[in-house]
Amino acid sequence: MWSFSKISKLIDSWLSVNFSSTWTMVIEMVIAGIAVITLFALLGLVLVLMERRVAAWIQIRLGPNRVGPGGMLQSLADTLKLLVKEGMTPDGADKFLFNLAPFIAMIVAMLLMAPIAFASNFQLWDLNIGVLYVTAISSLMVISILMAGWASNNKYSLMGAMRSGAQIVSYELSAGLSIMSIVVLSGSLNLNEIIQSQADGWWLFKGHIPVVIAFIIFIIAVTAETNRAPFDLAEAESELTAGFHTEYSGMKFALFFLAEYINVFIVCAIGATLFLGGWMPFHIGHWQAFNHVMDFIPSSIWFFGKTFFLIFLIMWFRWTFPRLRIDQLLDLEWKYLLPISMFNILLITLMAILGWHF
Amino acid sequence: MFILKYIKEVYSGLKSLAVGLRRTLYYFSHHKEIITQQYPDNRDTLVFPDRFKGEVVMLHDDNNEHACTGCTACELACPNATIKIITKFDITPEGKKKKAIDKFVYHLELCTMCNLCVVACPTDAIKMAQTFEHSVYNRAELTKVLNKPTSKIREGVE
Repeated sequence: MWSFSKISKLIDSWLSVNFSSTWTMVIEMVIAGIAVITLFALLGLVLVLMERRVAAWIQIRLGPNRVGPGGMLQSLADTLKLLVKEGMTPDGADKFLFNLAPFIAMIVAMLLMAPIAFASNFQLWDLNIGVLYVTAISSLMVISILMAGWASNNKYSLMGAMRSGAQIVSYELSAGLSIMSIVVLSGSLNLNEIIQSQADGWWLFKGHIPVVIAFIIFIIAVTAETNRAPFDLAEAESELTAGFHTEYSGMKFALFFLAEYINVFIVCAIGATLFLGGWMPFHIGHWQAFNHVMDFIPSSIWFFGKTFFLIFLIMWFRWTFPRLRIDQLLDLEWKYLLPISMFNILLITLMAILGWHF
Repeated sequence: MFILKYIKEVYSGLKSLAVGLRRTLYYFSHHKEIITQQYPDNRDTLVFPDRFKGEVVMLHDDNNEHACTGCTACELACPNATIKIITKFDITPEGKKKKAIDKFVYHLELCTMCNLCVVACPTDAIKMAQTFEHSVYNRAELTKVLNKPTSKIREGVE
């Protein structure tokens, strides 16, 4: 049977037979880069369409249904429109920073792709501090947003960027603590080892209520970190027109737009890896027959299925809840999520020490 | 106990969020609730509620007869001066003069579809139709004469 790991091994062996080891390395890097860019483009198209469809169904509408069969080509048409639009730079803007910001947003999103395991033995970079790397790099996102807001020379943009800064800095804490709880349970920062530790059941099921609480806090915190409603104060259409990307148009706007969706995909992939076992099929303890049947479904399907389930969850939140005010937003983090997750991580540490999980 | 109050707050907050999520999930999974009308495609099967009011029309029967006596009750009832009734005098077979309408002029561009003229009409000669595609290229086309040419008042309507 074909799988991602088999294809990558075949390419690797073919290249190492025909080229020297240096050139093999270079060509493999180029292939990986192209694959990541292709994945970005595909994800952008699919997620935008999915979001519009979910939004429409939740609001009792039909959604896009004119372009292509059942509206399937709508996001492609939108992309084409954005590509041919003029990318304006305002006169008063800091031109260099203004044009740099969307690319930093994209580069951060690309860097985050590196440690994610898409299928068994299929990973760009298997580094032993994967979780730390992800939390560290994802904080860089705020730099591109602040840069865009500051360089635009626009009050709306600046206010959006400042809000986004306050939001990301504060929600990073509870996201970090809930990620930490899984690190405590599995005893490793390596994403692959965390997945392997879930071979006899996902942490969400093995870890009792404390892990469920950690999962809920993680979902809330990453929704805030990716600046999506109900925490989209950084954009806040009704107050700040479009927040930090008010002044952007054309492809530069599209890059911000794409980066938002890529970030949603990445945080959902991390959530799926930590709490739902990544590419690990659904296993229950020692039911060998059941586990064996589950193994027949390819690991990549498990990974993308779980990730898209979490993405649906986040979209569901977006189209259900109204936007929070900035003081309510900070209240939620500092008065509720942070104390609860601190208490929770103590409980989980106790569980891990006493072996109270399955 | 402030801890109890705190837990109660968190619990009630989560519960209210769950209520909202359940409602949207219901709409997400029940596509029969979708209210979108795919308008130009379903023009033939459009269904209007009874209360929808499109424009004022005058009812004519098969003999090209209407029930309008030209009493101008509708003209007086109209808040926007949408209706203008021009009367004439018909000569009856007995040689008597009888008042009748010459033109029932209706300005669609001024009408707010308030239904007051229909309520005011003592003989139910006019009613609200459910047409709505009123766009025209020339404003003058919106001024309509509602009584058909050569139409007469029905026998026995006073």
